Amino acid sequence: MSANLKPNLARPDDFYADLLAAHEGLSKADSDALNARLILVLANQIGDNEVLRECLKAASLSSE
Amino acid sequence: MTKLFETPLYPYQLSADQKADAPVRHPAVVIGAGPIGLAVAIDLAQHDVPVVILDENDKVSWGSRAICFSKRALEILDRLGAGDDYVNKGVLWNLGKVFFGDRKVYEFNLLPEDGHNRPAFINLQQYYCELYLVERIRALQAEGKQIDIRGGSKVTAVEARDDHSRISVETPDGPYDLEADWLIACDGAASPTRKMLGLDFVGRVFEDNFLIADVIMKADFPTERWFWFDPPFNKGQSALLHKQPDGVWRIDLQLGWDIDKEEEKKPENVIPRLKQMLGEEVEFDLEWVSIYTFQCRRMEKFRHGRVIFAGDSAHQVSPFGARGANSGFQDTDNLVWKLKLVMDGLAPESLLDTYDEERIHAADENILNSSRSTDFITPKSEQSRIFRDAVLDLAEHHAFARPLVNSGRLSLPATYDCSRLNGADVTSLPARTRPGSPAADCPLGEDWLLHKLGDDFVVLGINRDVPDSLSAHGISLKGLSLKGGDVNPFVKDRYLGNEDGAVYLIRPDQHVAARWTTYDEADIVSALGRVIGKEL
Repeated sequence: MSANLKPNLARPDDFYADLLAAHEGLSKADSDALNARLILVLANQIGDNEVLRECLKAASLSSE
Repeated sequence: MTKLFETPLYPYQLSADQKADAPVRHPAVVIGAGPIGLAVAIDLAQHDVPVVILDENDKVSWGSRAICFSKRALEILDRLGAGDDYVNKGVLWNLGKVFFGDRKVYEFNLLPEDGHNRPAFINLQQYYCELYLVERIRALQAEGKQIDIRGGSKVTAVEARDDHSRISVETPDGPYDLEADWLIACDGAASPTRKMLGLDFVGRVFEDNFLIADVIMKADFPTERWFWFDPPFNKGQSALLHKQPDGVWRIDLQLGWDIDKEEEKKPENVIPRLKQMLGEEVEFDLEWVSIYTFQCRRMEKFRHGRVIFAGDSAHQVSPFGARGANSGFQDTDNLVWKLKLVMDGLAPESLLDTYDEERIHAADENILNSSRSTDFITPKSEQSRIFRDAVLDLAEHHAFARPLVNSGRLSLPATYDCSRLNGADVTSLPARTRPGSPAADCPLGEDWLLHKLGDDFVVLGINRDVPDSLSAHGISLKGLSLKGGDVNPFVKDRYLGNEDGAVYLIRPDQHVAARWTTYDEADIVSALGRVIGKEL
């Protein structure tokens, strides 16, 4: 399995709105904490170190 | 009552060497009578190698120091004849609690795997550990083994020569020199031997200070391991509470790097912290306080010709995970059989280079694990603190995050996967007993597999006939055939997998050298040649 970098969200606008709503009204520190918890929750959904490494690379926008 | 650590156990005595006209040569000299030096010496004596231990002190160590002894260390101590003493005195615990700030985020129960003679680990003060090893030395002496422990004997100079070392010793009766064919330096993280030989001690420098205290509780307190992240009584740092025998509790408080050590050690500063930690109403006596500094580093090579380093003198880790003394015992386990074969002329000296290879691999594994624990416990950047806190907050609510909590990954023995000594493998047999791995214990009726292996080369046949004994390359091998009821579910699970039979060649340190699904004497002879270094 490899990281899916093609469109995969059924309703992208809904997800984006949910993400913003979750951060609504939070301080910078609370938002940062929420993001960190979210990354960990999502990582557990993926559950594959190789795919996660590819995700980290994709997120870093590095070309190689 | 005189405390154990105030009693001279091996007081200075004038030795015959001091009256000799010329320096007396010994086959093996060990510097340092800590747990690792004592273990090396016992192992050598059990192999009938005369050995001298030199230590400037004459007592066990002051304070609890190393307190967690792992299953593999206990198995090695069994082979050295001291395992029962450790287990009978040591404290077994299963329940751990993790606190974050002022709240408990979760608790866990270690449910150790069944079918092993020894528990996952026990808690025991280092002074008992050393006492039992000194008692074992006295028993060996009574049996006539040549093992000489010289207290009050400070090594002041070491000169490494091509085929021996010259050692200068300072005693109450003045100095003398002696010589060693083989010198084993087990003189701790600050190893004077290493310094005298001008050798490196490099790697990732990782600095921190810990206040460690032994506390005697006056009332009952639960037998649990409590670990705090960022507790109110030690803001921004960590704390650990662990039970030891005799109602002594060990407390580790992390202090960070830039501190005034003398100030922190004063009882008027320590006691209020402990009261905040244990509760105002809990009565206790403070038995011992020390400040401990650590770095994660190792020597580039553990063997330097005829001088060999073992334990903390060769490698140093953070205390998280109990990887100091436990890995030191594994050093001795790896070293002594090789050294004995080389001394007897049965193996080339290059066999000792595999001590370096195998134990450096293990040291790197320990340094990696203990550095990762340290990174989790003391985040080094704002972002790493955010993630650490996220893990702890999630752990309170969701099981998935609990394996990410890293308050120390407890010491497991290294598997020497890339060792040049490893022979044939059959990959359909279980991965856990592949060549290079420590043989897994299994019950055999009232007995145990590791006990039966002992410290010989063993040909282990499971549902396969192997001879009771075999001789090759000048070495006697012991045969052990398991059949019928002895091939129980533990043996099947750990040694057969889906195969119906197997043959294992096991090294004297109880690591697997090679394995097959059928018995062929030529295979054994060839694998034995490899494991004693004939192909290096």
